[in-house]
Amino acid sequence: MTINTPKQTSHLKREILVRLIRSYLGENFEESTRLIPYDMRPKGSEVPYRCCIHKERAILRDRTIAGLGLSIEDADDSELLSSLAKKAEQRQAPESNPLTVLHTACQGCVPSRIYVTDLCQGCVARPCESACKFGAIKVENGRSVIDPAKCKNCGMCAQVCPYQAIAKIIVPCENACPVGAIAKDENGLAQIDFEKCISCGKCVAACPFGAVHEKSQIIDILKSIKNGEKLVAMVAPAIFGQLPCSPKQLKQAILSLGFADVVEVAEGADITTKNEAAEFKERMEDGQKFMTTSCCAGYNELVDKHIPELKPFRSETKTPAYYTSELIKKETPEVKTVFFSPCVAKRREAFQNPNIDYVLNYEELGAWFIALNVQVANCEESEFRKESSAQARNFAVIGGVAGAVNSLLEDEEKAQAYIIDGLNKQAIRDLKKFAKNGVCELGNLIEVMACTGGCLGGSSTVNAYKPALKQLTAYVNESPEIKNVIKQ
Amino acid sequence: MEKISVKVCLGTTCFVMGSANLQELIDIVPQKYGDKVDVSGVPCLGLCATDWEFSKAPYVKVDNDIIKEATVEKVISAIDAKLAK
Repeated sequence: MTINTPKQTSHLKREILVRLIRSYLGENFEESTRLIPYDMRPKGSEVPYRCCIHKERAILRDRTIAGLGLSIEDADDSELLSSLAKKAEQRQAPESNPLTVLHTACQGCVPSRIYVTDLCQGCVARPCESACKFGAIKVENGRSVIDPAKCKNCGMCAQVCPYQAIAKIIVPCENACPVGAIAKDENGLAQIDFEKCISCGKCVAACPFGAVHEKSQIIDILKSIKNGEKLVAMVAPAIFGQLPCSPKQLKQAILSLGFADVVEVAEGADITTKNEAAEFKERMEDGQKFMTTSCCAGYNELVDKHIPELKPFRSETKTPAYYTSELIKKETPEVKTVFFSPCVAKRREAFQNPNIDYVLNYEELGAWFIALNVQVANCEESEFRKESSAQARNFAVIGGVAGAVNSLLEDEEKAQAYIIDGLNKQAIRDLKKFAKNGVCELGNLIEVMACTGGCLGGSSTVNAYKPALKQLTAYVNESPEIKNVIKQ
Repeated sequence: MEKISVKVCLGTTCFVMGSANLQELIDIVPQKYGDKVDVSGVPCLGLCATDWEFSKAPYVKVDNDIIKEATVEKVISAIDAKLAK
């Protein structure tokens, strides 16, 4: 799959967010929230996706619950959206686990298994029979038949069939999850095991029904602004490839939503780079064979939950979001910080960091602009308080972090970078092997990005990958060298 | 023969609702049709502002015809239909 493939499900999710934001800022939040499914599918309207208008509305109701930041699984079917809206407005802090699954959209998917299609010729060679280590496949009445009790879903029979007559049926979310954290339960409904989940967002991107939702914090953020609290937007560099305007125009556009200030997370990335370069040098001098980066939240959660033996090799340097939020809270402790995120994983990082109060993803930001009719391309330009380096702004691009670290190392100290461009099962096996052997033969600085392409490939981005990369690169190219930005 | 004009709306609403993914038209169309078609990304066409029509974004204009909820395929077939006339 290419990065950021266009999906109708994104259109639906974003439309709901726009309506939700307008509801909150309008006259009667609770009642207008209740009406969202009816406004989207009024009487007599087309039924684009489901069996009937009632199911369409029921599913839109569930999607709205995620927009309210509540868990769809926990909401009783009889509960009205108006009472859920009230609940969302009254909560003191966003709910913890960042994802929720819409089960009504989930039932259509058949459990993953190996399936013999009509193309089976019942051939004489029968390589499927001999390939199966479990004796699960036999020819009966001229056709291969699989005994589900014995089949382990290994797919060997499918690989050897000369007619390609055997198909491996996958459940897209299960297949996309690199850590086996999402699976269908006995009722055929996908369940996320949050003990295992690393919040990488791959299931969100993979589900063709858009059944996996992020729990939005938009209501919490809107409420905070309404209550007169001062909110500071912390924008990670990936954002500058997301919308059709210049970075300085985007700052002005965000200010117009009611934020007190907009700070580039690249400020923190400059600190990360400086610390990580020094740490790398020290570790290599101490004789360690490799070090991994530590700025990707999905990767950090992977190490913490699944590869603890990799911890000694992971850089101790904090993430750019960490340093940026620390700077802001030190300067003005009374403000609240909102991290503008391309991915799900930063929500988890924010829960663990008291300096980050809220997370807003790029889809939510886009919906907010639509709701208030903000035309970003027509905004004035507003200067950022500090000029960050080209290297820091390039953190969002695959290879950017390793490149930044190398830019601060002398020629003889330069790292040989090995880049993991998107986490998958193979990459995790590789990482486990490096940890076990204490060595990585492919390089001494391993940059790990959970998303293919880096942050620009995050599941909550708005722009397509190529134009986003072009736009961000233009910004990087007009930015100063890191050596001129930080004091060595 | 007059050139067909294709305008991909890159206003904020259209962009967020999907025209981000229509930017590839700006590369594809000239490759496919040469100088028979003029294609460009344009600032907000104003189509989303009327009466909640944001939900039908992204919009693309092919000459004077408006394509709602535009996709690459819809735009290409609209161009093909024009050229076949």
